[in-house]
Amino acid sequence: MTEFLDLGPHAGFILACYAITLATIAGLFVWLAADRKSLTASLAKLEADGVRRRSGAASSGERG
Amino acid sequence: MDLANPTRFMSFSGRLLPWLAGACVLAFAAGLYMTFFVAPDDYQQGATVKIMFLHVPAAWLAMMCYSIMAISALGTLVWKHPLADVSARAAAPIGAAFTFLSLVTGSLWGKPMWGTYWVWDARLTSVLVLFVMYLGLIALWRTMEDPIRAGKAAAVLTLVGAINLPIIKFSVDWWNTLHQPASVMRLDGPAIHPTILWPLLTMALAFTLLFLVMHLMAMRNEILRRRLRTLQLGAASARVASARPQAAE
Repeated sequence: MTEFLDLGPHAGFILACYAITLATIAGLFVWLAADRKSLTASLAKLEADGVRRRSGAASSGERG
Repeated sequence: MDLANPTRFMSFSGRLLPWLAGACVLAFAAGLYMTFFVAPDDYQQGATVKIMFLHVPAAWLAMMCYSIMAISALGTLVWKHPLADVSARAAAPIGAAFTFLSLVTGSLWGKPMWGTYWVWDARLTSVLVLFVMYLGLIALWRTMEDPIRAGKAAAVLTLVGAINLPIIKFSVDWWNTLHQPASVMRLDGPAIHPTILWPLLTMALAFTLLFLVMHLMAMRNEILRRRLRTLQLGAASARVASARPQAAE
C-alpha cells in the first residue's frame, strides 16, 4: 500500500490525470442518463396525449 | 439478426449492454490493479509512466472512434444504412471526450518529462485538429434541424476529416517531433517490457469496452430522439389538418 501511495515527485500530475479522466467519464455517463431520461419522459408524455407510433412513420423517422 | 431495423437494434442492444458493462468493470478492475500494484516504475520516467495507462488508450480510442464515424459516413452515403448516421452522431461526443483526455493527459505527462505542457509539433497539433473536427461535426449536426440533411453533410465532412488519421499515426515518423515514436504497434513487435505492456493492453481493453457501452447507450438515445421527432412532427401535422376545415369555415 505504501508503494501504491508513493507516486514520486510528480504525484500531482499523475493524480490530476486520473481525476480528470474519472470526471470526464462520469460526466459522459451523467449526460447519457439525463438525455435518456428526458427523451423517455417526452415520449411517454406524447403517448399519454394519444400520439401513437405507426410502424411506417416510426421507421422513416429512425432512418433519418 | 437484422440489426438494420432500429426496433430490433434497441432490443438486441438492451440485452447486450449489461454484459458489456459487467465486462468493462472487470477489465477496469484488473487494469487498475495491474497499473498500481504490478507495473513497475519506468527507469527513466519513474511513476509518471502510470499516466501512459490512461493517455495511450484514450489516444487509441480517439482515433478508433473517428474511424468508426468514417465507416458510418460511408454507410450513410453509399449503402444508406438506417443506423449509420445514428452511429456516427452518437460516437462524436464520445470521440471528442477521448480526444480531450488524450490531449490533457498528454499535456500533464509532458510537463514533468519534456518541461512543457504543449509544443506545436506534428503529433500534438494533428490530435488537436482531430478534437476541433469532432467539435465541428457536433456543431454541424446540431445546426441543421433535418437529421437526414444533417447526416449527409456530416458524412461528407467526416470523410474529408479522415485524411487526418494517417497524419496522426505517421506524424512521429514523417516529422521530427517531441512525441516518442510508436512503441506498441510496430512491425518488429512492441518495444515495451511485458510488465508494462500487459497492464497497458488490459487498460486498452477496458477503455474499448467503455467506449462500446457508451456508444450503444448514445445510439439508443439517438434512436429515441428520432422517434420523438417523428411523433412530434406527426402530432403537429395532425393538428394542422384538423384546424384546416375550421379555417375554411
